[in-house]
Amino acid sequence: MDFLRPASWEEALAAKAEHPTAVPIAGGTDVMVEINFDHRRPEYLLDLNRIGELGEWEVGQDTVRLGASVPYTKIMENLRTELPGLALASHTVASPQIRNRGGVGGNLGTASPAGDAHPALLAADCEVEVESVRGSRRIPIDDFYTGVKRNALAPDELIRAVHIKKADGPQQYSKVGTRNAMVIAVCAFGLALHPETRTVRTGIGSAAPTPVRATAAEEFLNAALEEGGFWDNGKIITPSVAKQFADLCSAACNPIDDVRGTASYRRHAVGIMARRTLTWTWESYRGGAASTKGSVA
Amino acid sequence: MRVNFTVNGRKQEADDVWEGESLLYVLRERMGLPGSKNACEQGECGSCTVRLDGVPVCSCLVAAGQAEGRAVVTVEGLAEFAKQRAEHGGCASGACGDTKGTSLQDAQQWQSKPTDSQTGEGVELSPIQQAFIDAGAVQCGFCTPGLLVAADEMLEHNPSPTDADIREALSGNLCRCTGYEKILDAVRLAAARQERQGEAV
Ligand SMILES: Cc1cc2nc3c(=O)[nH]c(=O)nc-3n(C[C@H](O)[C@H](O)[C@H](O)COP(=O)(O)OP(=O)(O)OC[C@H]3O[C@@H](n4cnc5c(N)ncnc54)[C@H](O)[C@@H]3O)c2cc1C
Ligand code: FES
Ligand code: FES
Repeated sequence: MDFLRPASWEEALAAKAEHPTAVPIAGGTDVMVEINFDHRRPEYLLDLNRIGELGEWEVGQDTVRLGASVPYTKIMENLRTELPGLALASHTVASPQIRNRGGVGGNLGTASPAGDAHPALLAADCEVEVESVRGSRRIPIDDFYTGVKRNALAPDELIRAVHIKKADGPQQYSKVGTRNAMVIAVCAFGLALHPETRTVRTGIGSAAPTPVRATAAEEFLNAALEEGGFWDNGKIITPSVAKQFADLCSAACNPIDDVRGTASYRRHAVGIMARRTLTWTWESYRGGAASTKGSVA
Repeated sequence: MRVNFTVNGRKQEADDVWEGESLLYVLRERMGLPGSKNACEQGECGSCTVRLDGVPVCSCLVAAGQAEGRAVVTVEGLAEFAKQRAEHGGCASGACGDTKGTSLQDAQQWQSKPTDSQTGEGVELSPIQQAFIDAGAVQCGFCTPGLLVAADEMLEHNPSPTDADIREALSGNLCRCTGYEKILDAVRLAAARQERQGEAV
């Protein structure tokens, strides 16, 4: 094994081009487990820790440019307002020690259907900035997950940053597990209201081969909210609309039975989380609308 | 490969390190510092917790090569680290004036005095260590080093934690013996003593 230690982004790209089998290591919270247990013996480890810019973020006009290695702890501490869904999701990851090291770049690299960043990223909407010596490109998050633990990266590419839409409305993240800390999701659900475009986006974790959006549920809810004038009148969403939304979210799942839960439990739980997160975010939207408009029935 | 880093305030050099080796392995097997425990090697138990440039991490999940040029504090160096922090108003190197906590710069600049035993023997215990003993928070002791490092770091930036804060800060550390109650007692005790001392100064 060789330990490659690029001091800059350009050096990292050159190293990855020269050794496409090199395994990047950021926080190491996925990679080191595999090495410790002899599940993986890469020829090259490509350490990204010395590349300072990967640990930085920039808050822009409409998006946050989140460096690939920004640890979850920093997201929770610094980006709660701009990226509330991702901050909530980050807080559910493992433990403080793991959150101090692990980050979104690694979560995307592993692309586990259970990764907690994914539902939040899908709901918020984002683009993954990847680069190789051949050039840079931005992959829409909807095209990023290509299979179980597979992503759209080419062998010579590295993830540089994620460009995430700043929240323009309430966001929520919900996760089912046996305890609060140190739990891989049995299933998870992220929801973001986007009042500016009058749309709702969702993300489902651990209930299909890849993280997925419940697009049929989104379309149904977008139409129902529009038809009822809900975005303007701020009324409570009717139980039948919420139920239909929840059912469509369940239907978007394609889960398996495994040690953490059965397929039918996952489907059921996703429906519950969909209804709850919709209620929470909508209450918060109505509250916000009430305070800016003065009164809402 | 060779790894140069600082451990408990001293420059160290580890030779013949395998590229896939963890920082935990280097500390225990090459540096002769078995305080950090190896229980799971998968980040689940926290018994290998050390501070890497001031930040608590599972040393079993840090590749040794990633520690190059960085500063590590293990339970063996905790007492001296805490002592220097107390002497310098909240930071181990004295470089941070009156701001609380240990910045990256402080963590890297901290030097242990040449008289200190690197293994921590013969040094007066840190307040958190003493509190663990006084509260009866140590049974088999396997989880203790990781808990001490994690709890000490929490008290550094959160001197009067709520019970929820303590549970959150220690949620990455498993204990199979105590049932955690005595551990919570110990952290509360250390916090209370720290507060009293703060008032006395
Ligand atoms: C005890 C424990 C509990 C955990 N609990 C959770 C949990 O609750 N939720 C959760 O989502 N995850 C959990 N994880 C998994 C892990 O912490 C996350 O996936 C984390 O986001 C990985 O980030 P990292 O920086 O440590 O990745 P690394 O281990 O450094 O890398 C992970 C993968 O991404 C690749 N990679 C990293 N950076 C880049 C880059 N810039 N470009 C291209 N590829 C890259 C690596 O080659 C590797 O394949 C847990 C892990 C442990 C050990
Ligand atoms: S040995 Fe590192 S967390 Fe258990
Ligand atoms: S005292 Fe035995 S594991 Fe905690």
